[in-house]
Amino acid sequence: MRAEMFVKPLRRLAVAVLLAAALPAAAQQAAMPPQSAGPGAAPTVAADPQLEADVMELSHKLRCLVCQNQSIAESNAPLAVDLRDQVREQLAAGHSKSDVVDYLVARYGDFVLYDPPFKATTLLLWGGPVLLLVGGAGWLAWRLRRRQGELAAVHGLSEAERRRARELLAGDAKQSSSESPESRS
Amino acid sequence: MKAKFLVPLILFFALAGFLAFGLTLNPREVPSPLIDKPAPAFSLARLDDPARPFALEEMKGQVWLLNVWASWCVACRQEHPVLVRMAQQKLVPVVGLNYKEVRGDGAINARGMALEAETALAIERAQRWLDDHGDPYVLSVLDIDGRVGIDFGVYGVPETFLIDGEGRIRYKHIGPITPESLQQVIMPKIEEVRRAG
Repeated sequence: MRAEMFVKPLRRLAVAVLLAAALPAAAQQAAMPPQSAGPGAAPTVAADPQLEADVMELSHKLRCLVCQNQSIAESNAPLAVDLRDQVREQLAAGHSKSDVVDYLVARYGDFVLYDPPFKATTLLLWGGPVLLLVGGAGWLAWRLRRRQGELAAVHGLSEAERRRARELLAGDAKQSSSESPESRS
Repeated sequence: MKAKFLVPLILFFALAGFLAFGLTLNPREVPSPLIDKPAPAFSLARLDDPARPFALEEMKGQVWLLNVWASWCVACRQEHPVLVRMAQQKLVPVVGLNYKEVRGDGAINARGMALEAETALAIERAQRWLDDHGDPYVLSVLDIDGRVGIDFGVYGVPETFLIDGEGRIRYKHIGPITPESLQQVIMPKIEEVRRAG
């Protein structure tokens, strides 16, 4: 739980954060009450530090289905603890990491993966941002080109317009406007 | 184009439409990859006769429900009357999967408890709960460590699986069964599977 970081400097804030952190936990109680870790109960850890590091590395890539915004490494929901134990047990038994991932995906679906695979159902997920970028860039290019055309059309004065502009600047405006009233169309 | 000013408005409504649709979806309901796949095989001790294991094959040829429950599960208490009524009307056989009866209970520290002691406590607690609330199950089995639950992709209690005569999972209901969900979703599914099988 991240709340512990605030405890020392700002006690009041810490209480608020802890309360906020407790809320989702309380909401889940209906489905799965959190396992009470007694005072002497340490979490299970593999004896081999390399194995434990592998377990933690893999656990960080797997979503806890109870607290969906936490990985099974971060969550202390009973299911996350069980799944961590499964990961540890299977890695210890010599299964590869991809075997363990396949094992969990077969039971819980791609949703357990924080890094979903690229396939037909996730095409929009992965392709969407690219599509938006290309579409946006294309639209921008089209707009810029069109505006350039418009500006060019504005700048390109005919010989008659140039003459009239010169007259206006010279102060003969009245005369020339009476000469050609149709130019105000 | 005259109606150009409408473009942002239309974009806004399209986005609002997507977001409104998103609000109707329940993020807690994760679709199971096990649908239309053979139910994971298991053999667990029966609650009524712990010496006797129950295996999936015993239900072969029947359309039935596997209901995941536990005495500590509050939502199970809510759905239980529906299950009892279903049993009275003999709508469909329901097998109970008692999930982590002891170690799932937040009030008990089951760490370090011997398996035999835990099993005995689980039987006592589960049986007492069924005595108090009624027993709608054909039988219940004990998933002490939740391993079978993981095989079924259980991530909360209660969950209910519809299994066909060939042992395939055809539907998964997440959360308590309500009279509405029974009538509108589960019974039609059962009828559909029965007709197909």
